[in-house]
Amino acid sequence: MKKLVPILCILAAFGIAVSLYEIFFVTPIEVNIDSNGRLNMSSLFFNYKIMFFHVAHAFWLFCAVFVAGISSAFYIKTQNVKWDDIASAAVDVSVAFGAVVLLTGSIWARAAWGVWWHWEPRLTMSLLLWIVLVGYVLVRRFAGPSGDRIAAGMAIFGMIGVPFIYVLVGSDSHPNSGANGVVAKLPPEMRGAFWLSVASFLLWFLALMLTRLESTRAERELRELRERALDLGVL
Amino acid sequence: MLRHALRIAWKDLRVEARSKEIFVTMVFFGGLLCVIYSFGFGHDDASVRGGVPGMLWVTLAFTGTIALGRAFDRERENDTMRALLLAPVPRLSVFLGKAIAMTALILGVAIVVTPVLALFLGAPLLDYPLQLAAEILLGAVGIAVVGTVFAATLLKVRSRDVLLPVILYPLLIPLFVAGTNSTAALVQLHPNLEIATYWIQFLGIYDAAFLVLSLWVFESLVIE
Amino acid sequence: MGRVAIRSVRIDKVGKRYGTERALAAVSLEFRAGSMCALLGHNGAGKTTLLGIVSTLVRPTAGAVTYWQDDRAITGADVRREIGLLAHASLIYAELSAIENLELVAGLYGISADISAILDQVGLDKRARERAARTYSRGMVQRLALARALLTKPSLLLLDEPFTGLDRDGALALGAQLGELKAAGTIVVVVTHDLEAIAGRTDHVAILRRGQLVCDEHGDYSYDALRDLYHRHTA
Repeated sequence: MKKLVPILCILAAFGIAVSLYEIFFVTPIEVNIDSNGRLNMSSLFFNYKIMFFHVAHAFWLFCAVFVAGISSAFYIKTQNVKWDDIASAAVDVSVAFGAVVLLTGSIWARAAWGVWWHWEPRLTMSLLLWIVLVGYVLVRRFAGPSGDRIAAGMAIFGMIGVPFIYVLVGSDSHPNSGANGVVAKLPPEMRGAFWLSVASFLLWFLALMLTRLESTRAERELRELRERALDLGVL
Repeated sequence: MLRHALRIAWKDLRVEARSKEIFVTMVFFGGLLCVIYSFGFGHDDASVRGGVPGMLWVTLAFTGTIALGRAFDRERENDTMRALLLAPVPRLSVFLGKAIAMTALILGVAIVVTPVLALFLGAPLLDYPLQLAAEILLGAVGIAVVGTVFAATLLKVRSRDVLLPVILYPLLIPLFVAGTNSTAALVQLHPNLEIATYWIQFLGIYDAAFLVLSLWVFESLVIE
Repeated sequence: MGRVAIRSVRIDKVGKRYGTERALAAVSLEFRAGSMCALLGHNGAGKTTLLGIVSTLVRPTAGAVTYWQDDRAITGADVRREIGLLAHASLIYAELSAIENLELVAGLYGISADISAILDQVGLDKRARERAARTYSRGMVQRLALARALLTKPSLLLLDEPFTGLDRDGALALGAQLGELKAAGTIVVVVTHDLEAIAGRTDHVAILRRGQLVCDEHGDYSYDALRDLYHRHTA
């Protein structure tokens, strides 16, 4: 397990480097001039390229909510701490990923439409998911010894809320098509860069998550050793 | 199981009826909010129609959460929650009983505050009473169900007062948005009953989903 | 539905963790019918946690507690039906009267009990019985709490610091009552610091230290014997 993290990091770095190359040099910039000779504002200028990072992070943010929810459900039902570790690691990393989604989304909105924030479906959804995840972190931090149980409950409820949030935000008005449409409607020359980006950030996500898990387990082992020492009177 | 749930709900309502503490303070608080809204927002027709749905649901959110906190605080005073969980009744009856009582309480406050809101803001809130009642009922059920799970779970936690909103509001966002959308459809210049009904159905499904989930996890979350 | 009296309680390597804190570690103990066990230890030693686990209100993170009538295991709601709890908190609804409180308990436990008789037995003033419990003095509340615990005729009676707040006579009277219950076959488990009140009646002493069981002895114990035993194991 310990060897896996550096490998993942190297692979992720490699993947990100290649996708950066592809993003800047391979994917097209389209500038549509319509029949009157005027610039079509919905054409894809340079700024759309941030989408590759933005959506990749959003992809895994979305998945992480389900990972956290399902792990938390297992934790509640089996009382086995390893599930709680997974849920908590997933949430910690996805809070960071969520922040990236919101920041890049904001930058993109500013560059493309001149506003710092826009209540369009996918960005809204990311924000709402992110809020639930931040709540999870706050509960774990401030609820004392039963924090893990309560946060797990929140993760499960949050996960069940996702379909409702999805319906709520609808699926229109994001340039580059609707919520799932992005993938389907991507022109072929973008797909390579897109999927490479998604895969690279999965590796990065896993690397971060595994590191977090390692650190949690190490803490636990240290605690148990300390307790045993106290019991024996050694400490 | 239902019998015990009703017994517990009835007990809760009787306890509240004796002091009326939560009901009266929440109605007053709700009324106060309406006054603040009146000063804070414009009085022209468009502003009112636009603002009232949000005001109604924000009021329900705040009064509901505070009422939940206070009601469970009561169970904490003499550790009566422990007594309920110790009884040979299914623990889900405890959940149902408290959820029913909380729904009734929140509904009670809503029934008083809604006309006040309509009055102070001169909003056509009561034009479609049937749909409005359905929304508010479903909204109260949702808040009560999710709220009961977490208020009960937080019973012994030190920062429970501040954590309850932190937990509830993100989870209840779909409920609040659906409620607001539904109310907006009723209050707007050309009321659209179809949209209102759509969101009412959304609320119903939301309530059903979270009720089932709550029944599934309640005991695991509440027993330490 | 017939009641199944609990005749023995087996605590098998029970452990409890609250987040990072270890409250109990591998505690194994057995309680028998017609016996009074004094559960002793410093504050924070885990006595209340152990009592919580035995009363089914706390879930152990390791090990298990089983309840037996001779060879037959008792589970679920049937166990709870047999448990009476007298805790530091009164478990009484302040807004309801004594009679209403006891009627509620009778309803929840599915028994038809003679409420006036039990209120006579604990000595609660007749005029107070219809008044809300918030008007009662501390002594009256304690009497009502005792009535509540005894109303359901439990075969397992758990008491957590029942003597605090009682004057010497009251404590000795309660001690005597517990002795009678023990003689009638009830399993009585008392967590207390008041060794005088239980002296001469306890036949089983269990002492916890930092979550571990350091003493598990049977015998007759005078006040001095108890005090010595306690100091020997908790020094």
